[in-house]
Amino acid sequence: MTKRHGVRRLAPTVPTASMADIAFLLIIFFMLTTSFSPERTTVNLPESETRTEVSRNSAIIAITADGEIKFTDGERPSFLLGSVEEIGLLTQEIIGFVPDKEFLIKADRLVRYEMVDGVLEQLRLNGVQRIGLLTEKESPGDDG
Amino acid sequence: MNLRKRLRPPAEVPTSSMADIAFLLIVFFMLTAVFATTEGLQFQFPEDDPTQLDVQPEEAIHIKINGDGNYVVDRTPMTEAEMGGYVQMKMEQTPQKPVIIQTNGEAPYFVMIDILDLLKYLEVQNISIPTQTEVERWKAFGIFE
Repeated sequence: MTKRHGVRRLAPTVPTASMADIAFLLIIFFMLTTSFSPERTTVNLPESETRTEVSRNSAIIAITADGEIKFTDGERPSFLLGSVEEIGLLTQEIIGFVPDKEFLIKADRLVRYEMVDGVLEQLRLNGVQRIGLLTEKESPGDDG
Repeated sequence: MNLRKRLRPPAEVPTSSMADIAFLLIVFFMLTAVFATTEGLQFQFPEDDPTQLDVQPEEAIHIKINGDGNYVVDRTPMTEAEMGGYVQMKMEQTPQKPVIIQTNGEAPYFVMIDILDLLKYLEVQNISIPTQTEVERWKAFGIFE
């Protein structure tokens, strides 16, 4: 038997051409599903069992454990407020444009209730009707 | 003249680094994505009308949260389980019964959320969360002692 000449072996290659396609598909998926929240303060939210979806583009008032209050109208990034009373004017302005705007309170679980009460007071006085208190899903095994 | 055919390598677009770039972008988007919390407990404020006081003390269930986080329901101190049973019993009699949550300023926020959660769980329709000034006003009208 004679060895045949001219049978060239192809160099072994890993087919990586479709890798980029897969990766770009994932990028597009993440870009579409990521919703950039204007309120990015980290707070330890209280937990609750019952939760309902709140409307997007709501104004958010964040209260941190140190007692700092941050405000956003839902579009521009949140900014620090000097006092609770500042919420009044900001709220009035928003309610003037969108009367049924929802206001969300994103308060730390350990915040003293009087802080929340002060915020609620300002919202109520300025004609806000829809309020949401943001919560975390209650973790199982926690009797709270 | 040497007219030997030159062996040209086949034309290729270098795509191997494309995947690296793409994965880098994926990692970036994954890390920068802040998962927005879009769920919570909702309630509505009534129209602000000082002349309209439609909540009568004997008609409503009055939950008072003290500064230490304990609560008093209709003047009786109760645990959370007892309160659940009590509210449920009252709701069976009159489903539209309003429930007032009055929270002391000293109490931590999560205690109030726990109670609000419990009431929502028991499907209480009529929950009222008066602010401090409203409580003062109600006191002036003799609704709260």
